[in-house]
Amino acid sequence: MSETPGIPAPPEEPSEEQASRIGVDSWVAETERHGRGRGPLWQLARLWEYSPDPVKLLAFVALASTVPFWTNEGDLFVFGLFTLLYAALGLGLNVVVGFAGLLDLGYVAFFGIGAYTYAELSSSQYGIHWPAEATIPIAMAAAALVGVVLGFSARRLLGDYLAIVTLFLGQAFVFFTGVANPTVAGKGLTGGANGIPQLDPLTFFGYQLTSTKQLYFFLLIVVTLLATALYFANQSRTGRAWRALREDPLAAEVMSIPVNRLKILAFVFGAAVAGLCGTIYAAIETAAVSTNFSVSVLIIIYAVVILGGFGSIAGVFVGAIVINCTLEFLEPQNDHPEVKRWLFYGTIVLLIALLKPWFRPVLVLAGTIAFGFVVHAIVAATTAASWTSGVPVSGASWLARWAVIPTGSHGNFNNYLYIGLVVAVVCTASLKGWWRMIALVPTLYLTALVWENMLTQNGGITAFILFGAMLIGLMTVRPQGLLGTARVEIV
Amino acid sequence: MTEAEITATEKAAPPAHPLLKLDSVDTYYGQIHILQGLNLEVQSGELVCLLGGNASGKSTTLKTILGIVQPRNGTVQFEGEDVTSRSTSYRIGKGIAIVPENRRLFGPMTVLENLEMGAYLHAGGAKEDFDRVYTLFPLLHERRRQLAGTLSGGEQQMVAMGRALMAKPRLLLMDEPSMGLAPILVERSFEIIKQVHESGVAMLIVEQNANVSLSIADRGYVLSTGRLVLEGPAAELREHEDLRKAYLGR
Repeated sequence: MSETPGIPAPPEEPSEEQASRIGVDSWVAETERHGRGRGPLWQLARLWEYSPDPVKLLAFVALASTVPFWTNEGDLFVFGLFTLLYAALGLGLNVVVGFAGLLDLGYVAFFGIGAYTYAELSSSQYGIHWPAEATIPIAMAAAALVGVVLGFSARRLLGDYLAIVTLFLGQAFVFFTGVANPTVAGKGLTGGANGIPQLDPLTFFGYQLTSTKQLYFFLLIVVTLLATALYFANQSRTGRAWRALREDPLAAEVMSIPVNRLKILAFVFGAAVAGLCGTIYAAIETAAVSTNFSVSVLIIIYAVVILGGFGSIAGVFVGAIVINCTLEFLEPQNDHPEVKRWLFYGTIVLLIALLKPWFRPVLVLAGTIAFGFVVHAIVAATTAASWTSGVPVSGASWLARWAVIPTGSHGNFNNYLYIGLVVAVVCTASLKGWWRMIALVPTLYLTALVWENMLTQNGGITAFILFGAMLIGLMTVRPQGLLGTARVEIV
Repeated sequence: MTEAEITATEKAAPPAHPLLKLDSVDTYYGQIHILQGLNLEVQSGELVCLLGGNASGKSTTLKTILGIVQPRNGTVQFEGEDVTSRSTSYRIGKGIAIVPENRRLFGPMTVLENLEMGAYLHAGGAKEDFDRVYTLFPLLHERRRQLAGTLSGGEQQMVAMGRALMAKPRLLLMDEPSMGLAPILVERSFEIIKQVHESGVAMLIVEQNANVSLSIADRGYVLSTGRLVLEGPAAELREHEDLRKAYLGR
């Protein structure tokens, strides 16, 4: 278990001035060679790039299956279970948006349909207590059926129009379940704003999945199967036809690719996956509540796919891990202040370390540290003592001399810091070269201040805004997402 | 003498149907009357070019043939069968293929995958289909794992033609093959067209470049604002006074 497969010794060096690889334009190869570095990080990145996809999946599963053995129940629930759930949801959405290029904003409704179907058939709502092996296929079929209906009505719609129609479906679903709540058999069908409580745990052939660990392994199996299925789907003729359709629907049409049928197929595929996720989610939460299927959830699922890179299966996993862990980690209830601080600064230093050439990260980090002491000294010299007398939450003593942390109330200081950070992040992302390096110094310092003054004390909604700024920064620097491939434009 | 020949072919009812026949086709975009009573024929194995300036209805003719737009009046017949109300994919299944304007390759897909998409109706293409295309364009075999979007313009033209040929067409439509190519590549491109034609595929080429296309074509049509203004053997059109003034510039 401790040994992780897929990370053996680094691969042998290919001959140094290897002629451009087959399938790579010489210009592209040249550019790649320029961006080439050394060191363990780069080796690891290259190992990742060169290993075949099944090996990557295997490595992920092996790593993921060790997680329950070194985390506690609570952490496994918020970090492990929900990361896998988002990964599964992302995989389904990736088919619709990433493979087939259809902007489906009603995806979360299919998720909800799965959850509510499970709630109707496995709870005290109507006294039906069907086992999961029966309800899951029914829920998937129900979601797929709605997918077919929507796909049929929307098959001629492109881009924005499709987005509007599907967004409407998503909103209609939330209203239907939360507000309309039609009376069926003497009872509100969907339980209104309170939803349907007390669902049965997932039960397969008499075997109940109740503990977080059981659910985690069940989800891990589901995600692995999904990823494998999608891998083969992507390699298939249908998968390639989806990509062709995404690139140029008209050209696909005149190649006699059945465009409409493939669109509907993608819709149905995504809907069924979302339905499956819905049943599992409902069982985990032991309730189905309409607000859990609102646009904010849709945005998170989209963020997972966008961050990882549209069309990339491995990207979905990376996106799910980064996004779920970041969100959970910024949650105020979740307290490990010391670990959080290490993770926070560690991530920042790691990201900065990726800058090339090597002296840039050193300069930026040294600059930030110096900048902090200077700012602190100036503030301490020019203002009242209360401005700098604060102490960081369980932090090292030098932090108090580096970061400006006021005690007591100082008007809207925190809010200004916050807005300043968002502006700084956006500015930094839009600058180039050395200007970006210079702008990074105050941005990093502001990040640290926001962290010490706000996020360690109260996260909540501010976490979402910070998260948004991070996404904007990433997308500006790397529009194709972390693992997506840059689009090749035909001129 | 040539004139006598034309009248002979026109008068004598052909034993088999022409491969493609447009019979007094009227096509509209909304209220705008684009094609006005267009009659056009392509015999099997023939290379026909359709000339015309901008907005003369050349591309609309191709769209009508493929069924991307429906004519309001008139019929489109392929091998004697009326396909006017049939879908695009039905017509492609019958043996029409197109090399679209600007090639429209699937850029982030490899050459191989592009070819495979061309043979979508034939389950991704048999080995002999690939062989046929690779024999015609040896370069594509060499570059089959390269992303189509990274190829040069001339190479992309080969992929586009190869992709269309994968569907084993009996009629190949080409929309402005010379567009966006350097003069030397235009010549090369038409050599390839000639080569493909000699392999037994009938072709309808839509072009603005009258000089080059007439030099390899059997027959030609000239469109102007949706009407046929001239038709005849290519050699004759090359000598035609009006056409020379309008297109050939000499």
